[in-house]
Amino acid sequence: MSGANGIMRHEYDAVIVGAGGAGLYAALRASHRVRTAVLSKVHPLRSHTGAAQGGIGAALGNVEEDRPEWHAFDTVKGGDYLVDQGAALILADGAVDAVIELERRGLPFNRTPDGRIDQRRFGGHTRNFGEAAVRRSCYAGDRTGHMILQTLYQQCIKNEVAFFDEFHVLDVILNGPVCSGVVAIDLPTGDLHLFRAKSVLLATGGFGRMYRVTSNAFASTGDGPAVLARHGVPLEDMEFFQFHPTGLRGLGILVTEAVRGEGGVLRNRAGERFMERYSPKLLDLAPRDIVSRAIVTEIREGRGFAGDGSTGDYVVLDATALGKEVLEAKLPDITGFCRTYLGIDPSETPIPVLPTAHYAMGGIPTDDLGRVAAGNAWGSYQGLYAAGECACVSVHGANRLGTNSLVDLVVFGRRAGDHMAEYAAGSGGPGPAGDGLDLARQWEERLEPQGGGPGPTAQDLRRRMETLMMDKVGIFRRGPDLAMAVEELKELRREWSGLRPRDAARAFNVERLEILELGNLLDLAYMTAVSALGRTESRGSHSREDFPGRDDARWLRHSLARLDGDHVSIGYRPVDLVRWKPKPRAY
Amino acid sequence: MIIVIDILRTQPGGAPGRRFERFRVEARPDERLLDVLIDIQRRIDPTLVFRKSCGHGVCGSDAMVINGRERLACKTLVRDVAIDGGPAVSVEPLRNLEVLRDLAVGQEPFFKRYRTVKPYLIAADAGAEGRERLQTPKERAAFDDATNCILCAACFSACPVVADVNPRFLGPAAIVQASRFLEDSRDRGSEDRLALLDQPDGVWPCENRFECTRVCPRGIKVTKLINLTKRRVTDFKAVKTEKG
Repeated sequence: MSGANGIMRHEYDAVIVGAGGAGLYAALRASHRVRTAVLSKVHPLRSHTGAAQGGIGAALGNVEEDRPEWHAFDTVKGGDYLVDQGAALILADGAVDAVIELERRGLPFNRTPDGRIDQRRFGGHTRNFGEAAVRRSCYAGDRTGHMILQTLYQQCIKNEVAFFDEFHVLDVILNGPVCSGVVAIDLPTGDLHLFRAKSVLLATGGFGRMYRVTSNAFASTGDGPAVLARHGVPLEDMEFFQFHPTGLRGLGILVTEAVRGEGGVLRNRAGERFMERYSPKLLDLAPRDIVSRAIVTEIREGRGFAGDGSTGDYVVLDATALGKEVLEAKLPDITGFCRTYLGIDPSETPIPVLPTAHYAMGGIPTDDLGRVAAGNAWGSYQGLYAAGECACVSVHGANRLGTNSLVDLVVFGRRAGDHMAEYAAGSGGPGPAGDGLDLARQWEERLEPQGGGPGPTAQDLRRRMETLMMDKVGIFRRGPDLAMAVEELKELRREWSGLRPRDAARAFNVERLEILELGNLLDLAYMTAVSALGRTESRGSHSREDFPGRDDARWLRHSLARLDGDHVSIGYRPVDLVRWKPKPRAY
Repeated sequence: MIIVIDILRTQPGGAPGRRFERFRVEARPDERLLDVLIDIQRRIDPTLVFRKSCGHGVCGSDAMVINGRERLACKTLVRDVAIDGGPAVSVEPLRNLEVLRDLAVGQEPFFKRYRTVKPYLIAADAGAEGRERLQTPKERAAFDDATNCILCAACFSACPVVADVNPRFLGPAAIVQASRFLEDSRDRGSEDRLALLDQPDGVWPCENRFECTRVCPRGIKVTKLINLTKRRVTDFKAVKTEKG
């Protein structure tokens, strides 16, 4: 490390941005072969992977017959056929190896009586191509993500991976198709750092914070995809954003689907198990997009608990039949959340729930080795990788199945880590040094304390964005609303460029960080709204009331949104249909 | 309701003048204290510094001392610590760690202790490749409590031994992490780990003051795990002496 003009400089073979499941898995693999550094905005153990609850799907077949091919099919159908099928087959096959590897690295899964990894039911996971729900989710209580994060971090400690905790990525060094490092800010000191590297992986997680009600952490602000979008890298399938059906009412805190996997049911004010009307076969374990729409429909039609269809209206998740023992043993955290935040005991009182913005299916387009695809004649970028929620392989298509986020992290985090190491080992040095330094100096100037004046604050803009996205780019969408959202987001982006932090300190300048994060969210919200306006059909999580049907003839294709200043243009890419023909999606 | 909140402020770079600053804000009884802090930071004083991430008690970012006791701000509701028209709520940074700015403390000494105990599975990888190791539900349950730890450092902050007796004490969280592996039927690293814990600053300084257990936001029986670990060290030494 050396300082030049106040900019600290580092050189590594591989630099990984983000230390959730994907980043840590990649780091673990890459660090075996090449010098690897991991940058993370929050301490790695604070990453949002730790909040994942219910489980990781893998066709181990420990408690009943199961096959990876069935898992792949469920993934494709769950994603409303917008899934790239070759990638889904890799996902389902890789899941089995990944779960075994995690166990062997110490992950404390729940066990069957004979000592094997226990498995339970989860939404949309079926046996024999949709016959009935199957036990596929491997789990550790309702803290599966916490255990994955802990296990991977522990292994990184064992392998002495170099961590740069509380470093926020500002930019990537990108010359044409070649990536040669990142610029980041050390948040506790405010110092700027230039990391030159032969390969860079972005694993920055989701961006649910663009919505008012979300299960996502405060840190989930889409830093990786936003940085790349501003370099002209197209973002894929941005119109597909998943609302998890069961967020704690008012807070959006996630209540895992495993509650329904263990036997919990959704009920309206009349006590009716309303999923019988929407999904006769899978009932409460239908995929999330279907259940979320069902809940909103119940509320709209006056069957919510308030009955007035207001934003505070809700339905309930009834877990009283599970009994105290099952809740304490298999869903202890959920039981605790209900006590802490709602003051209720879920073994006695049904849980008030509402859909909560949860997961971005879209993001940085990659191939199945994690390489960022350019969507143009270059094919893919060199030395630039993405994995986890910020990436779009695409294995989730138009709607992700429960447990598949953790599967995606470990399968594609692992593959990207292996490939970025191989690439770094085989390539020469990173690109010319001057490029990165110039970029870092530009950032240093931009970040000079300027002292904010009157005018809108970041908080004003944030509230407007969150409300707009919730109301107009949420579960049900309409063309005129989306068009209004696009215009309003343009305006919000203009106003954002006038924001100046009032806090003049360098060290731990939270206000400055939040302005940068808001800028990232606004860019992604804008691209989401434009993509949603463009897609004139309903598929998976993207539900257009003005275009209610799925339209394979026109829309069985991925969208690629490219940001160019104030403008977003949309391109397309075909879907890989190597295995299954699209069929109507019924459950 | 209106609540009064006194926050202990510290300038960055060790500038002198730590002082309480009083804020008067509107809050709902069922709001998280974290929401109140965010409201102050975003609306009233943008220079207020604290960490946050998941917002529901699973990531460990926002441990702080609230009304004299270590808590997670996101797991503390306004009604838990304030009453309408009542006394001010005091909010301070964690103890036993250096304050960087306001409520943010330097975590490195805490995580350095964590790394000391080899907090990872040490296991011979022989046989049965491509299959999971077997572990009965009972064996799995033996270390469940310790797996709850989110390394928020509340226990380390509350530890009177670190504060008053031995500032180099390994501290409760690191011992809980050691216990998580010592009690795991799959682990084969006991010998290494127990020798580390047997050092003068290892497990022995604990005086059973139970503050760690009282403040743990995950409800881990920390002191119990420390005593269990002490017994493991004693037994291990006895076996070694016998063999010796």
